[in-house]
Amino acid sequence: MSEASYPEDLLYHQEHDWVRFDADGETALFGITWYAQDALGEVVFYDAPEVGVTLVKDESYAEIESVKAVSDVFAPMSGEVVEVNSSISDEPGVINDDPYGEGWLVKVRLTSVEEKEALMDSAAYTEMLG
Amino acid sequence: MSANALLLTPLHARHGAAGARLVPFAGWEMPVQYVGVMDEHRAVRDDAGVFDVSHMGQVRSSGPQALEFLQRLTSNDVSAIPVGGAQYGLLCSEDGGVLDDLFTYRIADDIYLTVTNAGNHPQDYARFAEVSEGFDVDVLDAASGTAMLAVQGPNARALLGSLSTDALPERMQAKTISVAGVEVFAAGTGYTGEDGLELLVRNEGALELWDAVVTAGAVPCGLGARDTLRLEACFHLYGNDLNTDRNPIEAGLGWACKEATGFIGSEAIAGFRANGTAQRLVAFSMTGDGIARSGNEVVGGGVVSSGTFSPTLEVGIGMAYLPTEASSVGTEFEIDVRGKQRPAVVRDKPLYRKAAPSV
Repeated sequence: MSEASYPEDLLYHQEHDWVRFDADGETALFGITWYAQDALGEVVFYDAPEVGVTLVKDESYAEIESVKAVSDVFAPMSGEVVEVNSSISDEPGVINDDPYGEGWLVKVRLTSVEEKEALMDSAAYTEMLG
Repeated sequence: MSANALLLTPLHARHGAAGARLVPFAGWEMPVQYVGVMDEHRAVRDDAGVFDVSHMGQVRSSGPQALEFLQRLTSNDVSAIPVGGAQYGLLCSEDGGVLDDLFTYRIADDIYLTVTNAGNHPQDYARFAEVSEGFDVDVLDAASGTAMLAVQGPNARALLGSLSTDALPERMQAKTISVAGVEVFAAGTGYTGEDGLELLVRNEGALELWDAVVTAGAVPCGLGARDTLRLEACFHLYGNDLNTDRNPIEAGLGWACKEATGFIGSEAIAGFRANGTAQRLVAFSMTGDGIARSGNEVVGGGVVSSGTFSPTLEVGIGMAYLPTEASSVGTEFEIDVRGKQRPAVVRDKPLYRKAAPSV
């Protein structure tokens, strides 16, 4: 498993999701934080959304299961899914090993970019975790 | 101590020091995992693991009518247990519902030790005490003074052998031996589908025993791996696969019921055996995506009683109560997993069987 980290180039949602904006500022990758994957334990299944699905901020868009538990994944921002990380199906453990890199979950075309104002930076998220 | 304080085993400090994730379980604070369920599961399948199962309860029954008493109270034929033997049985209500599942060990001619599930132990002991009034027997609640370690896996026996000059008990046998200088009541039983032993030890000796077993190479394992291991082996978990609304026949435990002994509930169970039951507990595996969990409903009738991801088979597995007419091996069915219909198939029990040793 990876070491605890909360990269400074990401924004964070209180349900332990992260957002990485593309250079154009209109699309972004979503994933779950180190804290979330650690709390879940070894991930064995990612029930991904379909490409084209509309995500609503603060609502569940996918499920991630570990051996012991299933957890909803919440959208940190609203948008439309334009790509799903299909490689996770073959190797769900990548969410544990590299939650901010190879373990990204969906690529989203954002519909309300101003929603990012409600997200936390690394320092604020780390403080929330206590 | 507040009324809702969690009970701690004598090994609690070791779990914390080892970085275990601790969770409430049946009134105890227990380790669910140390490093990870998958690694711990594989350690038991491939090598040797050790579990702190000190939360489990024990009742000692002794006296001239100890046998008659246990014969009345528990479902199996207790007279078939030789001194130094072990037996699985059930505690049933008059209507044939399952109150608990138990292991009973015969320590001496008229002394037996029964191991109970932690969550049921207080009620179990009360029932032992109540029924004992009609017999010349003393029952003693031995739970608080007893710790219990399960050392399980293909190398468990060799590991314990290196810590003892005594011969270890064979499978389904039990006796008092010394391990690492600590006196233990050792039994060739377990809950993992692997060879191994369960060691009952007085609380004072538990830390020394744990340290010796871990130093000898047993991997500390938590309740998470205990659950995946037992479910692959299709061992029942009380509260999931067994409860007061389920009878032993539908649970597939008719083999542990000997109605001729006249135990409490035997008449009702004889009826279930003769007339059949509407549902039957089966083992299943998922044939596509998804992992069924306890409480998920089966499309067309039935319910999942236990479900998890199998680290050995690398698919979702479980046990479910299905309509008897749709419960034969190979039957395909669907489970409503959080609103999605997921396909599964009835499989032979157990889902995992230890490979026969090569000769």
